[in-house]
Amino acid sequence: MEKREYLDLYHQMVVIRRLEERSAELYQQGKIGGFLHLYIGQEAVSTGLISVRRPEDRIITAYRDHGVAINCGLSAREVMAELLGKVTGCSRGKGGSMHLADVKKNFWGGHAIVGAHLPIAAGLALGDVYQNQKAVTVCMFGDGATNIGYFHEALNLSKVWNLPVLWVCENNQYGMGTAVERASAVSEIRRKADGYGMKSEAVDGMDLMKVREVSARLYEEIRNGSGPQFLEVITYRFRGHSMGDPERYRSADEVKTWLENDPIGIYHRYLLDNKIATEEELQEQIRLAEEEVNDAVAFAEASPEPPAEELFKHIFVEE
Amino acid sequence: MARITMREAISQALWEEMERDPSVFIMGEEVGVWGGTYAVTKGFYDHFGPERVRDTPIAEAVIVGAAIGAALTGLRPVAELMTINFAFSAMDHIVNQAAKLHYMFGGQMILPLVIRAVGGGGRQLGATHSQTPDAVFAHFPGLKVVAPGTPADAKGMLKAAIRSQDPVLFIEHATLYQTRGEVPEGDYIVPLGKSTIQREGRHVTIVTYSKMLEISTKAADQLAKEGIEVEIVDLRSLRPLDMGPVLESFKKTNRAVIVEEGWKSYGVGAEVASRIYEEAFDYVDAPIKRVAQAEVPLPYNRTLEQMALPQVEDVVKAVKEVL
Ligand SMILES: Cc1ncc(C[n+]2csc(CCOP(=O)(O)OP(=O)(O)O)c2C)c(N)n1
Ligand SMILES: [Mg+2]
Repeated sequence: MEKREYLDLYHQMVVIRRLEERSAELYQQGKIGGFLHLYIGQEAVSTGLISVRRPEDRIITAYRDHGVAINCGLSAREVMAELLGKVTGCSRGKGGSMHLADVKKNFWGGHAIVGAHLPIAAGLALGDVYQNQKAVTVCMFGDGATNIGYFHEALNLSKVWNLPVLWVCENNQYGMGTAVERASAVSEIRRKADGYGMKSEAVDGMDLMKVREVSARLYEEIRNGSGPQFLEVITYRFRGHSMGDPERYRSADEVKTWLENDPIGIYHRYLLDNKIATEEELQEQIRLAEEEVNDAVAFAEASPEPPAEELFKHIFVEE
Repeated sequence: MARITMREAISQALWEEMERDPSVFIMGEEVGVWGGTYAVTKGFYDHFGPERVRDTPIAEAVIVGAAIGAALTGLRPVAELMTINFAFSAMDHIVNQAAKLHYMFGGQMILPLVIRAVGGGGRQLGATHSQTPDAVFAHFPGLKVVAPGTPADAKGMLKAAIRSQDPVLFIEHATLYQTRGEVPEGDYIVPLGKSTIQREGRHVTIVTYSKMLEISTKAADQLAKEGIEVEIVDLRSLRPLDMGPVLESFKKTNRAVIVEEGWKSYGVGAEVASRIYEEAFDYVDAPIKRVAQAEVPLPYNRTLEQMALPQVEDVVKAVKEVL
């Protein structure tokens, strides 16, 4: 990997972090409404995973989707504008935080019904197989989503039909306030793939380089016909489930321990220790990321509201 | 009588029924340790323990399905769906199992089950999380569907639902939890399947329920200043649907507006209006009007979302049109 690429990955993670922090502020100010699920703490997962995808590979995820959108190449501007419900947002202000997408960039959306996008992911992959496209569909979901029927139906079908899907479970230890072991019969979530005869592995989601490495290998295997595979990424959400989570279900000590494994901090040290970048160069990336997010907020705030006609647009393709 | 919120009224009903009857228990997502995402079951886990306040995985089909099974053994489960939008993930168990087992096995199976679900829009939650699909569920014979609009009714009807021998879908509205009202203490029961006149008036009948009772009441207050006296019938229960008070009121006013939050097509207004036409045609002085949600999936943007939802002005306008 070239130095420029290393720095770009660092930049992406910092943009996500700053974008999330600013979103939280804008939410407190009442400028963002609805639900807001922050990705803080999990940046290395999507950054690593998506850094090795090819343009033809499809990405689909759940409602915790801001970081995924940035990694898929959506601008901070169109993400922030969507959070503010502006017509310049990627979903024209109609989707909001949970429904970012950019089909042209092969980002097939954030989806708000837990588990509902897994069957859809199987269908995306089916579309590629049917049309002789050699692409991988990457489907991301939470630990909590592995307990709903949709998950099991989708995994089973993907194996029976040998679909090119990389199933990626972001195990951030909780589904809302429910710890994995209180909701899942097996705590080692990757074991669920065994039931479908599917190869699985686990990776440390706080370490960008590890996520990237394993992802690159799995994409290639799947692209070459291995059939679906399962990757469990061990991570942690540093903030509450959504805004206004009383967080009664976890201890401050536990959170503190995980905070010491900040994915941006780990990658920062990696770049310094391996003499890939200097502290000044990284500070410059932080400055650029700040600028980008400030610009995005200014753009979003200055953008127009969707016009009234927009309410009745897009119900059907044909009137 | 105490003046308490809808949230407190629902919580009180659950608490009292659990104290009264050990066969009553709660199961659902985040009902225990979290205390309910709308804080309805706050304190329940510590008081009643994990056996009776059961946190479930995110798995709506098994929440409803297992509640059906437990109910068949004589227990009285209160299954909570975090929002009614997730009821679609349990649709088969709600409409194909709960609504049919008693009938299909010739009355042998009895399932005293309550499914609590939170519905309604207006909170910028986007298209999949903002629905008011009450009419969809009310379509199925065999399932009681109720949606109270006042704290007193919420308490009384939830108690009635828990004691009922039939499956009941109990729909709460997310933006009514803070609404306050007088609620009788202790064992207060409001029978299911009874609509009621919430406000008397002689010029126009508004038929409504749940959140739209609040909107309709505001419209009625506004109209009263202009000398227009609106009578409001609160359906409270969509199945069984009690047309008695509706027809009684309509025979007096000869004009009606039906206000619902859900979509107009195939909705509650469609049902009530045709029942009026069928059963009181001779009393009709003006075409019946319906106020409902615009026929779109609700958008996230606040302005667009509010445009799509029925507002006080829409009700005022409709009332004037039938006069
Ligand atoms: C079918 C369905 N049930 C319930 C919910 C409410 N809900 C939203 S997110 C969530 C927790 C999901 O946890 P997990 O899959 O671990 O993802 P995380 O939030 O940790 O990223 C729940 C219960 C929903 N959106 N959809
Ligand atoms: Mg999780």
